[in-house]
Amino acid sequence: MRRILLIVACLWALDGATFGQSHENHQSEEAHAAEMHEAHGEHEVQTHHADEDLCAHADSHGESGDFDPAATAYHHISDANVYTIGPWAFPLPCILYSKEDGWSVFMSSKFGIGHHGNGYKAYKRYVLDEGVVKRIKDPNFPMGEVEIDGIVHEEVATPDGKKKVVAYVCYEGQAFETEHKSTADFGMFGGGITSFYDFSITKNVASMILVAILLGWMFVYIARKYEERDGQAPTGLQSFVEPIFVFIQDEVAKPFLGDKWERFLPFLQALFFFILGLNLFGQIPFLGGSNVTGNLAVTAALAIITFIVVNINGNAHYWKHIFAMPGVPKPLLFIMTPVEIIGMFIKPLTLMLRLFANITAGHMVIIIFISLIFIFGQSGENVGGALGAAVGSTLLTMFMMSIELLVAFIQAFVFTILTASYLGAATEEAHH
Amino acid sequence: MIFLSEFSVIKPDIGLLFWSTVIFILFWVVVGSLAFRPIVRALKKREQDIQNSLDEAKRAREEMANLKAENEELLRQAREERSRILREAKEIGDKMVAEAREKAKEEARRIVTEAKEQIENQKRAAMIEVKNDLGLLAIQIAEKILRKNLSNDKEQEAFVKSLIDEIELN
Repeated sequence: MRRILLIVACLWALDGATFGQSHENHQSEEAHAAEMHEAHGEHEVQTHHADEDLCAHADSHGESGDFDPAATAYHHISDANVYTIGPWAFPLPCILYSKEDGWSVFMSSKFGIGHHGNGYKAYKRYVLDEGVVKRIKDPNFPMGEVEIDGIVHEEVATPDGKKKVVAYVCYEGQAFETEHKSTADFGMFGGGITSFYDFSITKNVASMILVAILLGWMFVYIARKYEERDGQAPTGLQSFVEPIFVFIQDEVAKPFLGDKWERFLPFLQALFFFILGLNLFGQIPFLGGSNVTGNLAVTAALAIITFIVVNINGNAHYWKHIFAMPGVPKPLLFIMTPVEIIGMFIKPLTLMLRLFANITAGHMVIIIFISLIFIFGQSGENVGGALGAAVGSTLLTMFMMSIELLVAFIQAFVFTILTASYLGAATEEAHH
Repeated sequence: MIFLSEFSVIKPDIGLLFWSTVIFILFWVVVGSLAFRPIVRALKKREQDIQNSLDEAKRAREEMANLKAENEELLRQAREERSRILREAKEIGDKMVAEAREKAKEEARRIVTEAKEQIENQKRAAMIEVKNDLGLLAIQIAEKILRKNLSNDKEQEAFVKSLIDEIELN
């Protein structure tokens, strides 16, 4: 019983810490918050606004007013150019490319990382807005390192009638519009190709490197153990990892790939352990909760690699099944072939979306459960509500975290087993 | 203030896409060649070793069983041999006893026969002696009788003749 209480207490403390990343100094912010909220209210009715208006309160270092759980969740799951652990923000290398200015490589500390991952300086027309690098569109903006008055966000209407939040940099009383880095969503989700590309070692990239190195070190260590302890029973880390390794080998690779299992095993093992490692890494509290496998770019990269591996290894039998399904009447092929070709792409697409959606959802649910404390606390006004919600939220979060642990394994396993089945289908020999 | 409330994770960042690909492929290639393949090799080798050991144990067990069967066979043969030898010995013994008995019987028979012969001979000798004695006795008796009865020669002769005939018949 005492142990359970201790765990609850720890998790409670931990919840606070995770949350603290964005919400320390909460009380001191309230005064400004009210102001900002009013200002924001004004802007909402206007479609065009004067730059002076926008930046009227920018120097007051705007902070949040009403607590917005959705925004908090979005902020927490997104990638960033700083690595925030509790109250500390570690700068990360920025590698930026714009068509006009070429490559710029510098540490994100150049932005002067302030509260909330907001930089108070602009460097080479780049600014740091909530941990994410943005570029000022106006070419007249000074190129060097300049102090800015702040960044404000405005909802503006896009030409196609949708609303979009744009960040404006306030500098010398003027608002300068910024733009987001280029994304590969082809404008589907409000992104697209802009004037610059961000190849930075972001929080997610740093997490991936860290996880890859840790896993690599672990596996090389284990492999060496196998050589050293040849003919002996496995011990320690070796005996911990071996069942998982053998599980992927015997339950995933062998049944789907038949006698070709050994050729594809490193790929499947790499996929499984890479995804699992990242899933679990994102679950570790106090380590920034990187949402790596919950980022579409990462899952897309994995899906694309899978797609390429599957189709490169596809044999004549596989291609014949796609373009000329044997035993199907010719006229039907006009329907079958397009369906098969679409299926070829849908397979990796579902892999990508499944992993992304599961992990993102997990992260968001946990953050939203923790947000309950702030919702019930009414931004610090209702301490009783906050306390009550804290107890409930701790229990809910504990429950969610256990489920997320399971999900971390299941999703890594599902991604791997489906990849194995696609590979199996692509390399299967004709049997009729 | 409006948060930057955009669902940015759904917009695949090109840089992140690039780095994910690079890091994953590096992980795959490096860890695959440095760890996964050696581990698979080691596991396969161990599996083979275990299989071999099991096979060996099975073979050893079979050999043991064979050996045991052989031993039993040997034991059985030995037992058979023993009983055969015993039987033969008994037979020989029996035969010897029987022979001895036969011999003894023969000897006995021979002794008996000899004894009978001797008895017969003695009896004959005794008879002869008795006859001789009887003859003498008879002659003496006859002399006495004759001295008394035989006054004429004719009667004498007839009488003697009848006497002699009588003796011969005996």
